[in-house]
Amino acid sequence: MAMVYERSEGLTIKQTHYCPGCTHGVIHKLVAEVLVELGVLGETIGVAPVGCSVLAYDYFNCDMSEAAHGRAPAVATGIKRVMPEKVVFTYQGDGDLASIGTAEIIHVAHRSENLTTIFVNNAIYGMTGGQMAPTTLIGQKATTAPYGRTVEGMGMPLRMSELMATIPGATYIERVSVHNPAAIRKAKKAIKTAFEHQLAGKGFSMVEVLSTCPTNWGLTPVESLTWLEENMIPYYPLGVFRKPEEAK
Amino acid sequence: MSKVLMKGNEAIGAAAIKAGCKAFFGYPITPQNELPEYMSKEMHKHGGVFVQAESEVAAINMIYGAAGCGVRCMTSSSSPGIALKQEGITYLAGAELPSVIVNIVRGGPGLGGIQPAQSDYNQATRGGGNGDYKLLVYAPANLQEMVDLVQISFDKAEIYRNPVMVVGDGMIGQMMEPIEFRELPKAELPAKPWATDGTKGQRKPNVINSLFLKPEELEDHNIRLTNKYNAMKENEQQWESFNLENAQVVCVAYGTTSRIVKNAITALKAEGIEVGLIRPITLWPFPEKAFAQIADSTKAVLTVEMSMGQMVDDVRLALNGRLPVDFYGRSGGMIPTPEAIEQKLREMVGGTK
Repeated sequence: MAMVYERSEGLTIKQTHYCPGCTHGVIHKLVAEVLVELGVLGETIGVAPVGCSVLAYDYFNCDMSEAAHGRAPAVATGIKRVMPEKVVFTYQGDGDLASIGTAEIIHVAHRSENLTTIFVNNAIYGMTGGQMAPTTLIGQKATTAPYGRTVEGMGMPLRMSELMATIPGATYIERVSVHNPAAIRKAKKAIKTAFEHQLAGKGFSMVEVLSTCPTNWGLTPVESLTWLEENMIPYYPLGVFRKPEEAK
Repeated sequence: MSKVLMKGNEAIGAAAIKAGCKAFFGYPITPQNELPEYMSKEMHKHGGVFVQAESEVAAINMIYGAAGCGVRCMTSSSSPGIALKQEGITYLAGAELPSVIVNIVRGGPGLGGIQPAQSDYNQATRGGGNGDYKLLVYAPANLQEMVDLVQISFDKAEIYRNPVMVVGDGMIGQMMEPIEFRELPKAELPAKPWATDGTKGQRKPNVINSLFLKPEELEDHNIRLTNKYNAMKENEQQWESFNLENAQVVCVAYGTTSRIVKNAITALKAEGIEVGLIRPITLWPFPEKAFAQIADSTKAVLTVEMSMGQMVDDVRLALNGRLPVDFYGRSGGMIPTPEAIEQKLREMVGGTK
């Protein structure tokens, strides 16, 4: 019988700890499949964040480095600068990248380090139990915003892809989603484009992936996918925000 | 080998390059700016990389990445910037990453001042970061010692798989002295099968990590780390003994302060007062073994520091109650004078006669 579908060689056999309906599993798979398809798995070093995906170093079947909270882009810079021929990526959540790590993500783009960031945006702090993230939507409840996020005192949610796209060194920025199979296929394409961008030496690439957190949103997995589509996409539009200029 | 006249901060860079440092990540802060500036000019000539990071925090995390690849790397800063690096340093220790960190100390606390100080002793030896870890800490007193120890630091970092700190002060960073870049004895260095340099499909993935969620595993990890630190205590204590025989009082001082103390000792000798000096070269492990060399003629110990008194605690611990320990210090960038130290010693000797 022909093999129609199998676990990617880019993932280990370790069972993930993620919640039912968590989209980390899907996103890990997309990244792993891309690395295998590009034939670079053995040349790849990934940098894991602090967050639910802190244990990503157990799930990706390549060399991994566990960074301090928010520091993954700096760690990745150290790796890429001393091993420029390797493929280097960071995998970060919204607390890691958009809160404590804002300096590091801005500057890795500013310097246009030739590496790729996968930014998982689920509008909440998952691992620590549902606190407000910079990406939490207005009116959305979180454990540190129990009455719902307000503009006053907390600010409008941060649109990182748009922000990063103003930096000249951020040469490829795209926002995608994984709320249905069509979106997942587009997400994989974007991730592949980002890694190809790195392989071509074109500078810094980031794919922001809108994701769900059923546990901390207080919704079922299926309700979460709908909530993402109806609430997150209008505020965080999908699309390419920056791509390299066509050669003249 | 001929001697060259170099400024301290630049000599550190030259020594690192000679030791095979291939990556330097730094950030501007007075009084060490000549070092990143030197590295920005020189690293690329030796196949190395230089990055001015966005902060000291980013720089120490770049070190974490490069060190994880098994590459010799160094960062530098001064006191407030070293405070910023503490998170990265505890991660380096926990993940067992060879790395060299240079602190050109200035007055504190907080923003403090830009003049020389020795008030980061506790930060260096008691760990400023969380958890049980230690750094091997060198405190050179002159530029020749500085360039030798910087080179040795890279070897020790790899031998122990641990960050190593070199502590200077604003004086050492700015002074110019003749130095010789000697060929140091070749150390036996362990291989780095743990490095993240790509599996090439030929081995299991390596993971650079300090997270151990299972308590049993974290305890085992801590026991292993402590065994390393105990080996350092046994093998790495370094000090200089000066004029201990027949000394009535023994001073304990390190770095540039020790040179001022030596001036005071020479002056008092002419008055018939014998004073000795134990000069720690490693701040950690503290050279406890040196204190066994104190003669029976010695009735008291004086610790001299450019701080409000930090090393003095370790002196008391090392003596274990055997002798009274007094302290003389200046702070804020005020440099102790030989005359003031002589006066203090005269009072002590007068009291113990």
